[in-house]
Amino acid sequence: MSHLDEQEEIQAKPSREMVGVFLRSYSALTGLIILIAVSIMGFIGPIFYTIDPFDMVWMPFSPPGADGYLLGTDYLGRDILSQIINGARVSIAIGFAAASVSCFIGVGIGAFAGFYGGWIEEILMRITEFFQVLPTLLFAMVIVALFGSSVLSITVAIGAVSWASVARITRSEFLRIKELDFVQASKASGSSDLNLIFLVILPNAAAPIIVQSALLVGAAITFEAGLAFLGLSDPNVVSWGQVIGANRTYILDATYTVTFPGIAIFVTVLAISLVGDGLNDALNPKLRSR
Amino acid sequence: MLTVLLVVIILNFLMLHLAPGDIADTIAATMGGADEKDMIQLRTEYGLDQPFFIQLFQYVIKVAMLDLGNSHFYNMPVFDLIMERLPATLLLVFSAQIVSLSLGILLGVYAAQNPNGLSSLFVNMLSLFGYAAPVFWTGILLLIAFSLYIPIFPVAGMRDVTIESDNFFVHAFDVARHLFLPMITLASIFLAYYSRLCRASMLEVLGADFVRTAKAKGLSQRDILMKHALKNSLSPVITFAGLSFSAVVSGAILVETVYSWPGLGTLAFNSIIARDTPVLLGILIFSTLMVTVGNLLTDMVLRSIDPRIQGSQ
Repeated sequence: MSHLDEQEEIQAKPSREMVGVFLRSYSALTGLIILIAVSIMGFIGPIFYTIDPFDMVWMPFSPPGADGYLLGTDYLGRDILSQIINGARVSIAIGFAAASVSCFIGVGIGAFAGFYGGWIEEILMRITEFFQVLPTLLFAMVIVALFGSSVLSITVAIGAVSWASVARITRSEFLRIKELDFVQASKASGSSDLNLIFLVILPNAAAPIIVQSALLVGAAITFEAGLAFLGLSDPNVVSWGQVIGANRTYILDATYTVTFPGIAIFVTVLAISLVGDGLNDALNPKLRSR
Repeated sequence: MLTVLLVVIILNFLMLHLAPGDIADTIAATMGGADEKDMIQLRTEYGLDQPFFIQLFQYVIKVAMLDLGNSHFYNMPVFDLIMERLPATLLLVFSAQIVSLSLGILLGVYAAQNPNGLSSLFVNMLSLFGYAAPVFWTGILLLIAFSLYIPIFPVAGMRDVTIESDNFFVHAFDVARHLFLPMITLASIFLAYYSRLCRASMLEVLGADFVRTAKAKGLSQRDILMKHALKNSLSPVITFAGLSFSAVVSGAILVETVYSWPGLGTLAFNSIIARDTPVLLGILIFSTLMVTVGNLLTDMVLRSIDPRIQGSQ
C-alpha cells in the first residue's frame, strides 16, 4: 500500500500545479464562471422564473422591455427570456452528451488503431478519414430526418458524426506512448491488452483528448443550434437554435427574436473555448512558455 | 475517391433500411392508405421482398447509373433537381474558400511580423469569434445590418428578375451583388481558422535557420517574408483548408438557408420540411462528391507549392 501512496503523492503535486495554472489564467477562469452561471441559469432558473416557454403570454412581437417582458415576445407571443432560460438546459445537456458520445467512439477507435497497428489500424483510420470527408451537418440531418427528431436521436447523430478528430489525436498519442518504457514493463509483467489500453496508456494520453473534448462540447452546441435552425429539433423541448429557427421568417420585423438567443449561444460557446484554452495551457507544460 | 462514394451510398442504403417505415409505407401514406394485398404488391414492385444484399446491390447499381429516384415534392428526378441547384452551391463554396484562404494568409503573415501587437490580438479575437458564433446567426446579423438598416445588398436569392439586359456583365454583377453577403458570412469562420494557423506557422518558420541566413545575406524584409518564409509556411494552411472542405459545405447549407441562396442547402432545407428523403440522400451523395473533388484540388495545389510532396500521399 505504501508504494501506492507514494505514487499518488508524486502525481498529486503536478495536478495541483495544473489547477493553479488554470485558475491563474484570467480568461480560463472567466470562461469557467460564465459556463457555471449559464448552467445554473438553465437548471435552476426555471424554478424562479416560472413563465412557461411554450405559453402564449402576451401580444406577439412586443419589443424588449415593453409590458414587463424583458427580452420581448416572439411571433406567437411567447416570452423570449423564458425560452432562453429553458433553452440553456437543453443546449448544454445536448452539448455535453453529444461530446461524450464522440469522445467514447473516438477514443475507442483511436486507441485500438494506435495500440494494435497493422490492418486493424488501416481499417479504423480509413473509417476515420471517411468521417472527415463526409459533410457532417448533412449526414446528421439525414439521420435525424429518418429516425425522428427526439433529443436522443439528435444527440446520437451529433456524436456519431464528430468523433474523427478525437480518434486521430488518440491514435497519435497511443503510437507515441506504447513505445515508452513503462508500457513495455507493464506488458512484460503480463498485463492483458485491455488493461494496457485503458489503465496504462489511456491515462497518460488523456491530456490532449480532454482538451479536444472540451472544444467538442462547444462545437456540439453550435451543431445542435444549426440542426434546430433547420427545423430538426425535438418539438417537445425548447433550445436556443430552435428559437432562432422559429423566428427566422420574421427577422426583418423583430430582429431581437434572433439576436438574444444568438448571443446566448455565442457567449456559452466562447466560455467553453476559453476553458478549453485554459485546460490546454494547464495540461500541456511544453506550450506553457509560449 | 470512388471508395468514399461507394461507402456513402452503402451508408445511405443502411439508413434507409434501418429507419422505421419503407417506401411502400410512404406511397401508401400519400395514396391515403392501402390494404394488405396492395402493400405486398408494392413491396414486390420495389424489390423490398428481396434479400438484404440483393437490395443493397440493386441500390448501388441504381445510384451508379445516376438514378437517385424521384422527388415526390418537386415531382421530378432527384438527379435533375440536384444538377439544377449544384452550380449555385459550387459558386458559394469555392468563392468562400478562396476569399477566406487569401485573406487569412494575408492577415496571418501581417500578424506574424508583430507577434504581440494589435494585429495578433485581432487574429486571436477573430478565431475565438469564428469558433463561437453560429454561422447562421452571423448571417442573420449581417443580413439585418446590410440589407435592412443599410440597404446596400439584396435580402435574398441569387438574381434580380427585373433586370432586362442581354449583357453578360450586367448579370454577372447582379449575381456577385447577391453572392457577397453569403460568401462573407461563410468565409468569416474559416478566415478565423486560416489566419490563426498561418500566423502560427509563419512564426515557426521565421525562427528557422534559413530565415536567419536570408537576413544575414542582407535581403529586404519583404523578400524574406514573401519569397522565403511564406512559401514554407503555406503548406499546413493549405492542408487544413483541404480538411475544412466538409465543414465549408456544412456551413454552406446553413448560410444558403439564411439568404435563400438557390443551392443544395435550401433544397435540403425544403426537402426536410416536405419529408422528401430521396432528395436528402441525393444531396448527401453529391456534397460528399464535392468535398472529395475539393480535396483533390487541394492536393494539386499543395504539390505545386511544395515539390517535396510527391506520389499518392
